[in-house]
Amino acid sequence: MTLVVDVRRRLGAFALEAAFESAGRLTAIFGHSGSGKTTLVNLIAGLERPDAGRIAVDGRILVDTACRTFVPVHRRRVGYVFQDSRLFPHLTVRQNLAYGRLLAPRRDRWADVPRIVEMLGIGPLLDRRPGRLSGGEKSRVAVGRALAASPRLMLMDEPLAALDEARKAEILPYIERLRDEGGVPIVYVSHAIAEVARLATDVVVLAAGHAVASGPAADVLAGLDLAMPEDRDETAALIDAVLEGQDEAFALSVLLSAGGLWRVPRIDAAPGTRMRARVRARDVMLALDRPGRISALNVLAATVRAVTVAPDAADALVELDAGGDRLLARVTRATVASLALAPGVSLWAVVKAVAFDRGNAPGRNPVGTPASALAPAGPAARS
Amino acid sequence: MEWLRLSPDEWTAVRLSVRVSTWATLVSLPFGVAVAWLLARREFPGKALVNGLVHLPLILPPVVTGYVLLLTMGRRGPIGGFLDQHFGIVFAFRWTGAALACGVMAFPLLVRAVRLSIEAVDRRLEAAATTLGASPPVVFLTVTLPLVLPGIIAGMILTFAKAMGEFGATITFVSNIPGETQTLPTAIYTYTQIPGGGAGALRLTLVSIAIAMAALIASELLARRISRSMDLG
Repeated sequence: MTLVVDVRRRLGAFALEAAFESAGRLTAIFGHSGSGKTTLVNLIAGLERPDAGRIAVDGRILVDTACRTFVPVHRRRVGYVFQDSRLFPHLTVRQNLAYGRLLAPRRDRWADVPRIVEMLGIGPLLDRRPGRLSGGEKSRVAVGRALAASPRLMLMDEPLAALDEARKAEILPYIERLRDEGGVPIVYVSHAIAEVARLATDVVVLAAGHAVASGPAADVLAGLDLAMPEDRDETAALIDAVLEGQDEAFALSVLLSAGGLWRVPRIDAAPGTRMRARVRARDVMLALDRPGRISALNVLAATVRAVTVAPDAADALVELDAGGDRLLARVTRATVASLALAPGVSLWAVVKAVAFDRGNAPGRNPVGTPASALAPAGPAARS
Repeated sequence: MEWLRLSPDEWTAVRLSVRVSTWATLVSLPFGVAVAWLLARREFPGKALVNGLVHLPLILPPVVTGYVLLLTMGRRGPIGGFLDQHFGIVFAFRWTGAALACGVMAFPLLVRAVRLSIEAVDRRLEAAATTLGASPPVVFLTVTLPLVLPGIIAGMILTFAKAMGEFGATITFVSNIPGETQTLPTAIYTYTQIPGGGAGALRLTLVSIAIAMAALIASELLARRISRSMDLG
């Protein structure tokens, strides 16, 4: 899937001017409140019209002001999961799921509703009405309803924003399954960096209506310094790892990444589970000699790849190669001078804390669209 | 209790009233919903004029409305004459005319009830339906209309009740012909005009009260059932 967006839309004093392309399975639109995220997804869905510009999905033009093309919302086949779920109150959960399915053209109905119900765990809710569902249940049904319409693209506008932490933890694994097994590309709007780091294959950073950065999640989150100066503390490296085992005595878990073993606070998951760790630049210290007798658990051999110094700032961002893992460290400019940090220098990275965005890391995307696990088997089932 | 038994003529008036009111309600319903939708959702030139025309029967003396109907829909009137010549439809001095008069008089109440409930519909639900592939007419039939149903039922009950009680426009337009245009109110009026009609007037009054109460209770039960099924109430 490729999503091409190049739009302008003015709303009073606010102007959205965003241009980006993404081919990821889950593209996160990340930005603060008022940065234009919802306007952007509304433009993709067709609920709003751009003043100028174009949006195309897989080469299919949804809107192009230059040639006066505007595909109406109901013909776009875009599954929209709203922040406020918007289930139909007069229909049961089953009927809500059937709604979009029955309206999809027969030849395009690839969605397998029983499997969607199973994947989202909403089987026991089918005969209830939305008024009798909890917030988390509503969110799951809303995802199922959008999916059952066999969309070509899923839009999710902060589907977790209205939920408390426990409910979020309940839904996130379902979104991960959707990303990995659903076979539908997802555009996921969020202002929560932890959600983005956990879910995204690709990230678009939106600030004051402008797409200030876009690309693979690891690259964008590593470059957050430049894209969103106010969020520089969240600048982080993403490390894909596998849970190796548990150290029961000290309540620690051992992870294996390309760079080596990590010891982190205990994670409840089965050995072999893939995870994605987020290591913030400000949590990484550097040492030229191997430090002994130090409180930090993780000390890794690394080589400096690049040093980025902002002339007006007191600190610098050091990019490291730790045996194949990319790490980032924020140090002062004074440190850069005193340790003579430059590309090629070998040193030790001391990681104080690992912010764990738990759950399954997105696996490497095979070339081409993966066959949908939600579609019935058979070559003719999917257009 | 012998005095409570209705005479055949009185039965005729009761049946006629129910028939007139039922037809007035059913025929005006689609028009009422359409006009309510236009007023609630669309901006168009002359909207204020349409709104005024719809509400006019509420404000005008019923006799005036009846007389306007007589002038326009009578056999010599521009519309009535046309309908008579081309379709053989006659309103003047027929029970159909009584239904028309009742429908016109109740129309503002119907439109108002439906319009308020259309305005209360969460339009975000309609937007959600379009993203699921519903074209505008499908959205209206599958989302808007079911959500408006309580308002429609309230409007129908109001229309029916208003039609059961309509007097001025009916008697002006179609007169007071026993067996053809004599409804409950006009029959009661007739009784009050003749000596010894008190018992008859009282009987028909009790019937009126019974029908009105039955309609109100039915609407209340129906509305409660709908709101319970939507878990709104």
